[in-house]
Amino acid sequence: MSANHQEYVLEMHNIVKVFPGVRALDGMNLQVRPGTVHVIAGENGAGKSTLMKVINGQYAAEEGEIIYKGKVLEKRTIQQTIQLGISMIQQELNPIRQMTVAENIYIGREPQSLKGFVDYKKMYADTQELLDKLEIPFRSEEKLEKLSIAAFQQIEIAKAISRDASVIIMDEPTSAIADTEIEILFKQITSLKKQGVAIIFITHKMDEIFRIADDITIIRDGRWISTGPISEYDQDKVISLMVGRTITNIFPKIDVPIGDVVLEVKNLKQYGRFRDISFEVRKGEILGFSGLIGAGRSEVMRAVFGLDSYHEGEIYLHGKRVEIHNTKDAISHGIAMALEDRRAEGIIPDRSTRENITLANIRSFARKVLINSKKEKKEVQRMIDLLRIKVTTPEQLIKNLSGGNQQKVILAKWLLGNLDVLILDEPTRGIDVGSKSEIHSLMCEFAKQGLAIIMISSEMPELLEMSDRIVVMREGTIRGELQRNEASQEAIMKLAT
Amino acid sequence: MNDPVKASRTKKVSFGDIYSKYGVMLILVVIFIAASFLSGNFLTQANLTNVLRQIVVITIVGFGGTFILISAQINIAYDALLAAIGCLACITVVKTQNVFLAVGVGILIGACIGWIYGFLVTFFNIPAFIVGLAINTIARGAILMITGGRNVSKLGNFSVIGQGYIGPVPIPVIIMFVLLAVCWVILNKTCFGRHVFAVGGNPGAAEASGINVKSVIRRVYVLDGVLTAVAAIIFMSRLASGQPSAGDGYAFDAITAAVVGGASISGGSGNVIGTIIGAAIVGVINNLMNLMNVHSYWQQIVKGVIILLAVIIDVQTKKATSKAKKD
Repeated sequence: MSANHQEYVLEMHNIVKVFPGVRALDGMNLQVRPGTVHVIAGENGAGKSTLMKVINGQYAAEEGEIIYKGKVLEKRTIQQTIQLGISMIQQELNPIRQMTVAENIYIGREPQSLKGFVDYKKMYADTQELLDKLEIPFRSEEKLEKLSIAAFQQIEIAKAISRDASVIIMDEPTSAIADTEIEILFKQITSLKKQGVAIIFITHKMDEIFRIADDITIIRDGRWISTGPISEYDQDKVISLMVGRTITNIFPKIDVPIGDVVLEVKNLKQYGRFRDISFEVRKGEILGFSGLIGAGRSEVMRAVFGLDSYHEGEIYLHGKRVEIHNTKDAISHGIAMALEDRRAEGIIPDRSTRENITLANIRSFARKVLINSKKEKKEVQRMIDLLRIKVTTPEQLIKNLSGGNQQKVILAKWLLGNLDVLILDEPTRGIDVGSKSEIHSLMCEFAKQGLAIIMISSEMPELLEMSDRIVVMREGTIRGELQRNEASQEAIMKLAT
Repeated sequence: MNDPVKASRTKKVSFGDIYSKYGVMLILVVIFIAASFLSGNFLTQANLTNVLRQIVVITIVGFGGTFILISAQINIAYDALLAAIGCLACITVVKTQNVFLAVGVGILIGACIGWIYGFLVTFFNIPAFIVGLAINTIARGAILMITGGRNVSKLGNFSVIGQGYIGPVPIPVIIMFVLLAVCWVILNKTCFGRHVFAVGGNPGAAEASGINVKSVIRRVYVLDGVLTAVAAIIFMSRLASGQPSAGDGYAFDAITAAVVGGASISGGSGNVIGTIIGAAIVGVINNLMNLMNVHSYWQQIVKGVIILLAVIIDVQTKKATSKAKKD
């Protein structure tokens, strides 16, 4: 090992990658030794995936140099990068399920006996040899539709090895597989190391970092923060390096007297997604939900809102048990949710701002069957003024509004009804700073008027500044609860990872 | 901060905006003027009344098709449904001599078939296109079996619906305009209409706003079935006989009318006034080609080209507006 120490298989110096308006990578450095696992750790949005895409050729960096096996890498395609020996295993694997293991491994470069004809005999024999060598327990003729995501990963690894990869990038490979499968993956990684392959391993799970890493690079806000052998770090050090940033003041939190319990959830369970979920939220309270992506926060709230079903557990409103089977039930009980993906589940893009605002409550404007448009227009104007939605006219199509104004329209949609509980999933994601602070102050106003608010957020400062209480989830369960005065980035990360 | 930019953007009127507001009307006017120059017989009152009567069935089916397209669905079974529902109404007349009962039975059957269509689509998640193919074949086979392949005749007063006049205006034309008003109100002035646009425009957001998406889709198919039944009754009544093998090409013409009239093939937009104009365009072109003795083979080719052009315009204007948004 120590002999390899000076010799890096992959080096990156002062990489800068600019997107319109942001410096996604700003002076990034990385040195990867052959035969080691190099963990890249950072929060959501720190620039991990951008960095990986610069390595695999999807993006070209504006500044800096990448040196691979002693040679400077120029602009290249993903295909060319793979041929050079750098393969990436994506977080979301998308193999062709109707094909066999061998067909997937050799797709696009099938061995040919006669030009244009696939030499199946050679393809299956070569694949079997490869699988045996890597101790992957599948047959080359097996179809993928019967196999699991963990198996797809193994096949991706085999594919990378069949292309003589020297560097394999794994983007959060453990996020979608079970604990036992993680053991198999780690064993695989150990044997790859012995063959001299370098693994770049992206994760933010603490236990994994300390189990698998030889070296670690910590990045934050697109910048390189720290690099070294894992033995020089402990958990607290990694966390504080990951999150230590200054918080700007876009959080006009006001203190509101907190009242009785409005919504209580007891032992909610959805097979394979979350279990033992119990929490309560009170009148005037903003309850933050924290956790890594995939921890199950959105899934829990979607079930409470009736979008997805749950298998066990109870939901109480004002102390009375309620059954929620669909969104209509939830809304009739005064529960509303603004979903994470505004484009997919928030707005009807080709309709007017007015119609989007009244979408959920259009019945309340109807006399018998016909809509009273005078009343509708009046109420819409009232909401536009109240939430300070910037439109030229209420008839403006919602798709032409900015993200912040679209989000305000969604809030207006819910405020039109009789609301007790408002669930917000990433309420300010992708929204500019000005609108962000406006939405935060609206949240405080709603709380003041007696609404109970649940806010899922992946932004630490938002969680810490806006929440009265924070529930932390991990892997489908609630790991702890922090009062406003005991919450800190470190405390949350400790529970979440 | 970027208000002036936004204000100027909304004031700038794009081709897409103009087309979606006035495009079909302009096309109809142009074709109308061209037709009156190309054929001396076109502008006679007899011929124009004839055109109006001919487009009635296409238009009414097209109204149903418009609701279907707005909700991002498709029904391609109109050909056989017109024959099947029409003949069943005719059989009722022959058996009972009661015209009102026959109309009621026809509409009820239309509604039931619509519900079944919607149920198959929403409950089993079968693509609407496949359900349409299957129902078309089943309906055609069933009505040929029931009638033994023979026309149903001796309809008595039943033919008044399709052939009668109130003053100078044919009854079917009156029915068409009444249904236009009804459909316009349903689409633009009721909660159900709003829900149809929402479900077709973004089912995810509709669901998350408390709308029962599947129920809306089923009700759209029921409405479509009712409208198809009315069209079928007028169709058979005008022919004064129930013809189990009639109806070929109507699905195509009705969907063309809706799409030419601005209903988007990807759902979320469309309007019934556009559909009636679209049907008029199709009707005038058909009529003109007949007046000019264009061979029927050529007529089919021309119609195919028209629907392709309408869809290309739909897709292109969509692309243009989404590009304008990104700039």
